[in-house]
Amino acid sequence: MNKTLNQKAWWLVAPVLVLVAFNAFIPLMTVVNYAFQETFGNNVFFWEGTTWFEQVLRSDRFHDALVRQLLYTGMILAIEVPLGIGVALTMPRKGPWVSVCLVLMALPLLIPWNVVGAMWNIFALPDIGLLGHTLNSMGIDYNFTRQPVAAWMTTVLMDVWHWTSLVVLLCYAGLSSIPDDYYQAAHIDGASRWAIFRYIQLPKMKRVLTIAILLRFMDSFMIYTEPFVLTGGGPGNTTTFLSIDLVKIALGQFDLGPAAAMSLIYFLVVLLICWVFYTLMMRNEEQ
Amino acid sequence: MAEIRFKNVQHAYPPPKGQKPVYALKEVNQIWEDGGAYALLGPSGCGKTTLLNTISGLLTPSEGEIYFDDQEVTHLPTSDRRIAQVFQFPVVYDTMTVFDNLAFPLRNRGMDETAVKQRVAQIAEMLDLTANLNKRASGLTADGKQKISLGRGLVRSDVNAILFDEPLTVIDPHLKWQLRSKLKELHQQTGVTMIYVTHDQVEALTFADKVVVMYDGAVVQVGTPVELFNRPKHKFVGYFIGSPGMNFLPCKLDRGQPVFHNNLLNTSYPVGNDLSGRTEVGVRPEFVEFTDDGIPVVIDKIEDLGRYQVVTVKHESEVIKMVVDEDQQIPTDNPKIQFNPDMTRIYCDDWLVGGGQNE
Repeated sequence: MNKTLNQKAWWLVAPVLVLVAFNAFIPLMTVVNYAFQETFGNNVFFWEGTTWFEQVLRSDRFHDALVRQLLYTGMILAIEVPLGIGVALTMPRKGPWVSVCLVLMALPLLIPWNVVGAMWNIFALPDIGLLGHTLNSMGIDYNFTRQPVAAWMTTVLMDVWHWTSLVVLLCYAGLSSIPDDYYQAAHIDGASRWAIFRYIQLPKMKRVLTIAILLRFMDSFMIYTEPFVLTGGGPGNTTTFLSIDLVKIALGQFDLGPAAAMSLIYFLVVLLICWVFYTLMMRNEEQ
Repeated sequence: MAEIRFKNVQHAYPPPKGQKPVYALKEVNQIWEDGGAYALLGPSGCGKTTLLNTISGLLTPSEGEIYFDDQEVTHLPTSDRRIAQVFQFPVVYDTMTVFDNLAFPLRNRGMDETAVKQRVAQIAEMLDLTANLNKRASGLTADGKQKISLGRGLVRSDVNAILFDEPLTVIDPHLKWQLRSKLKELHQQTGVTMIYVTHDQVEALTFADKVVVMYDGAVVQVGTPVELFNRPKHKFVGYFIGSPGMNFLPCKLDRGQPVFHNNLLNTSYPVGNDLSGRTEVGVRPEFVEFTDDGIPVVIDKIEDLGRYQVVTVKHESEVIKMVVDEDQQIPTDNPKIQFNPDMTRIYCDDWLVGGGQNE
C-alpha cells in the first residue's frame, strides 16, 4: 500500500509551538540574554560572560536569602507533611461528616494569596489584630513588624494554615484507596495501630505524598506574595526570601544582569532538588 | 484447635434511617467440627461473608453467641481469637519481603526470632515459596500474593481455623485448581479446620468434606456433596447444586404419592395425605429417562455437551430437563419419560417432606 506523504500535518502542531514559544521559550531566552550581557537601555548590549553569575554566587546577600529560603521551606515541610498525614488519618472515612470535612479543608486553598497575606497581617497586628492583641494581653511581647522571631513564626504559621489542607486532601485520597481487606487482614495478623500505619497506610500513601511534598517544596521555595504582603521581607531582611530578594534586585535596583543570572540559578536549584528527590523516591519504588 | 459452635446467631447491618433492619444472618445454629474442611456455598449476598466475619470477629453479631469449645468468644476482638482469614483480593505488605510478610503475624505476637525463622522456612517450604523468600512481596504474581496471604494464616501454629473468603476469584483458571489441591493437601497435612466461602459449586464440592449451603441469610442444608446432590432439603439446593439444576414440578398428592397432571408418579418416599401448602415433586435431570410407557412429552431442545446431552422436554407446558448419554438415541415418535422412584422426592412450600430425609 502506498502511503501518501503529506507534510502539511505539521501545521497542526504550529499553534502549540507558538504558544510554548511565547509563554516559555522566548521569556526564558530573554532572561538568558540579560544574564550574559550588560545594557544601558536603547537595546545596546555589551557582552559580560559569566560576570553576573560569579557576582551572584559570591554575594553574601544571595547566600543569606538562600539559607533563609531553605530554612523556611524545611520548616514548613517539617510541619505540614506530618500534620497533613495526621489530620488525614483522623478524618472520617464514611458518613455525612466526610463532605463537611472536605469542604472545610478545601476552604483555605480557595483564598487568593495576597488576600491570605492581608488577612494574616490584620490578624497578627499587635494592637488591633485578634492574634497579636490576644498574645500581648496575655503578657507575651509579640510584634511581627519589629521582632524577627515573631515575623518568622507568623509567616510559617500562615503557610501552614494556607497549605496543610493540600497535603491533607492528597493523603486522604491515598488513604481512601486502601481496600478494607487490608485493615481486616492486619487485624487478623494482630498488627498494632503503629504497624498498620507503617506497613499499610504509609506505603499506600507514598505516591500521593511524593506529589504533595514536591508541590509544597516548589510552591514554598518560590513563595512571594504572602510574606511580601505580611512582612514586606522585614523586619530588616529577616523574611526576605529568594523571590522577594529577586524582585528587589530586578525592579527595585533595576540591576537586570544580576537579576537574570540569579533567576537562572534559582531555577536550576529548584529543578535540581526536585529531580534528586523524585529520583530517590522512585528508585525505592523499583527495588 | 477447637470446635466452633454457633448458637442462634443473627446479624443485621445498621439500616438506612427510617427503615427496618434487614437480617443478613437469620438464626444460625451450626457446629464446625475441629479439623473439618467446610465449604460455605451460596449466591452472592446470601450472608456467607457475614457469617465468616462473625467467626473471625471482624463483625460482632447483633444477637446470639459463638463458642470456641467451651469459651464464649462473641465479643472477643479479632486478634485474641486465634483465627486466620484469607480474603478475596490478596493482601500483602508491599514494602516487606516475602519472608517479612510471613513473619509478620508471629512478630506481632512477640515470637522469638529464631523460632520465627524456623516456622517461616517450614511454611515457605509447604507453599513452594522458599525461592522467593528474599524478594519484595509486591513483585509477585496474583497467585504468589495469595499464597503469602494463605501463608500468614498457616504460619501461626495456634489457629483454631483458617477462613477463606472466595480466595481464588482473582487467580488464573489453570492456577486455580493447583492452589485448590494445594489447600486440600495442606488441610490433610495440618489438620486445621478450614472454612471456604464460595459461590462456585465446583470449588465447594471439590474442596470440602462438608458443604454448608446458605440461602437468604439462613443455612438451608449441611451435608456431604453426595447428600446435597441426592437429597436436597430445600428447592434452592436442588437448583444451585448440579448442572442443570433439579426439576421441580407442581403436583397433587394421592395417598402419599405425587400426581403430576393426572400422571401418578411413584416415589420411594411417600408422605401423608394431609399436607397443606404448595406441593411439588423434585427429580434431578440425571434420573429422568425415556421409556416405552410413562408421561408423554414433546421434545423442545437437545443440547449436546460432549459427554452427555441435555434434553429439554415439555408436558402440558411444564418444562423438564433430562441428562442423557451422548450415544443414546432420542426417540422421535411419541416420546415418553419416567422418573426413577428412588430419586423422586416431594417438596412442600420449598422444603423436602416425606420419608427418606435421613437415610
